[in-house]
Amino acid sequence: MSGMVGTTAGREGPAGDLRLANLTKRFGAVTAVDDLSLTVPQGSFFALLGPSGCGKTTTLRMIAGLEEPTGGQVLLGERDVTRLRPYKRPVNTVFQSYALFPHLDVFENVAFGLRRRGIRSVDDEVMGMLALVQLDDHGHRRPAQLSGGQQQRVALARALVNRPQVLLLDEPLGALDLTLRRRMQLELKRIQAEVGSTFVHVTHDQEEAMTMADTVAVLNVGRIEQLGAPADLYEYPATAFVANFLGQSNLLTGEASGGGGNEVAVSAHGRRFSVPAGRARVDRGPVHLGVRPEKLHLVDSADQVPAGCQHVAGVVTDAAYVGVSTQYLLRTGWGGELTAFVANSGATGPLPVGARAVAYWDPRHAFLLSREPGDAHLSTPARNEPVGTPS
Amino acid sequence: MIGHTGPPGGRDDMSPPAHLPGGSGRRTGPQPPNRSGRQRLLPYLLLLPAAAWLVLFFAVPLVQLAAASLYDPAGSLATGYAMTWAFGNYPDALAAYWPQFGRSFGYAGAALVLALLTGYPLAYVIAQKAGRWRNLLLVCVVAPMFTSFLVRTLAWKTILSDNGWFVGLLRDVHLLGPDGRLLATPVAVVLGLTYNFLPFLVLPLYASLERLDPRLLEAAGDLYAGPLRTFRRVTLPLSMPGLVAGTLLFFIPASGDYINAELLGTPNEYMIGNVVDSAFLVRLDHPQGAALSFLLMAAILAVVLGHLRRTGPEEMLR
Repeated sequence: MSGMVGTTAGREGPAGDLRLANLTKRFGAVTAVDDLSLTVPQGSFFALLGPSGCGKTTTLRMIAGLEEPTGGQVLLGERDVTRLRPYKRPVNTVFQSYALFPHLDVFENVAFGLRRRGIRSVDDEVMGMLALVQLDDHGHRRPAQLSGGQQQRVALARALVNRPQVLLLDEPLGALDLTLRRRMQLELKRIQAEVGSTFVHVTHDQEEAMTMADTVAVLNVGRIEQLGAPADLYEYPATAFVANFLGQSNLLTGEASGGGGNEVAVSAHGRRFSVPAGRARVDRGPVHLGVRPEKLHLVDSADQVPAGCQHVAGVVTDAAYVGVSTQYLLRTGWGGELTAFVANSGATGPLPVGARAVAYWDPRHAFLLSREPGDAHLSTPARNEPVGTPS
Repeated sequence: MIGHTGPPGGRDDMSPPAHLPGGSGRRTGPQPPNRSGRQRLLPYLLLLPAAAWLVLFFAVPLVQLAAASLYDPAGSLATGYAMTWAFGNYPDALAAYWPQFGRSFGYAGAALVLALLTGYPLAYVIAQKAGRWRNLLLVCVVAPMFTSFLVRTLAWKTILSDNGWFVGLLRDVHLLGPDGRLLATPVAVVLGLTYNFLPFLVLPLYASLERLDPRLLEAAGDLYAGPLRTFRRVTLPLSMPGLVAGTLLFFIPASGDYINAELLGTPNEYMIGNVVDSAFLVRLDHPQGAALSFLLMAAILAVVLGHLRRTGPEEMLR
């Protein structure tokens, strides 16, 4: 991409990590962002993931300068930009609504930032960027003449052409249909690798966050629940919220009673289980014992359970065939429900509704979370949520 | 309550009633491509009332006025007018009253500048910042129109009078000399014009600015445009349709006005409207009055076309 490597549009100020320090935003009595601190390494693809109202967009707007923090700091490298006006920050945003200028054609939309910074010859930069988003023959169209996906790419090009130190993406893929969204996710990832800016991506779509980001921060009511690589978050969630927001989990309520050495003993619903110490967030007190649905295997009777595995018996109450797998709902002896995703690999036949079945799992795939007194309802995950990664 | 979009007043009531012949097709519901002659006529039937109105009360009088402008200037109401194709009426009228022409456009232009300086920020604030006060502020803009034009202008006579508080204030801060005055000066006429026609500028501007997506302003800020550049590059171009419509709606009646010059000025401030008024009603020189009317129309048309050429008609239609 020769046009991409601009010489005129250099970075403003020294490059560096994006740091949020004790960032807080209150709207009246509502605390949207609560004492948020995190570091986004330079050049990384960072996702802020959370349900609507968790404060992720407010956080993004504070980084962009469109919202003034109630407290805390936004730092770019060593530079404090907390009180800097948006037009003075080396930060650009791809807005959720795209916010393309309707009175300007695609070329002028993309050239807008360069022109405002007084750069005279913008042609190479703009055409290079339009080529990158594969819109080089659409320069003279107005935004209203473009499809949603094309508008999204114009919005991306308009922000990226400025070679921002940090690019903020505010759910830019939300309005696109599924196929286009998949394609744009890969595009974005490719462009990020090519441009090397820091991308901060806000989304409520856990799958989008996991496929695109190097690091995901899960936000809930203005605070970070967990931060880490997507696989770490999925395989070893830190809280019941993360366990159920990122994919779904079977959470059994129980009591941990410590245990010797490498294992933590758990008693739940009158049964005894154990979890490797390395997969236990706590080793005493009220806990959730968690197992991902795709880590549950179903057999007809307890004597078929392999050695070293732990199991729970129940009755199949629902079987939903979804192509790649079948999603079973199992009612346990104590009245709880377990969800199991069984790959349709042909190895085992389908289990009919009403059949007795035994669900077993390898304890190394279980995890142990601390349980707050009011958390018990979380043990039944919502059905038909999209699955994180196909197993 | 005043609606956000749409022109004030029940314009809908004027659409042709459904019992017109063309409306009967509605009873049978949506019809397949079979386009009957009656359906093709429907648009014309809908146009008929307005067209008839225009022909009777606009086109015919206009032709009459055009004819009157070419009558023998020696005639009078008492003796009757003879059609002599007296094209000389036009240069004669222009020669006699060119200062009033100049004054008309000068005063209207000055009033337009004042109105833009006050009206644009006003429309912007109502459209973008007023929140729940929006409707109240719109009512305030329109409320003076509930009283008669004449009464409003007479009120300004009191406001600007020599012993009124406003002149007193200006004298106190030495913006006016100890015996300086406003009434019977061009300033008074321009202020009157500004006030009287301001709503015609503010309402179309408001309609344009109300549609302006505040997220576009944020996007401009995000793309290195400070407040002034955001205004110049985003707000102003996007409000252009309202600005063009508003300036025309302001300028056209303002340049033809005669009440403000009559009540707030002296014969030294008379505009072309006053001359037409006196030609028809005082001097009873109908040919000259008609010729002046056409000259005013032509001049306004020239100004409007020049305006549209510069801003582009598509801005107006968008």
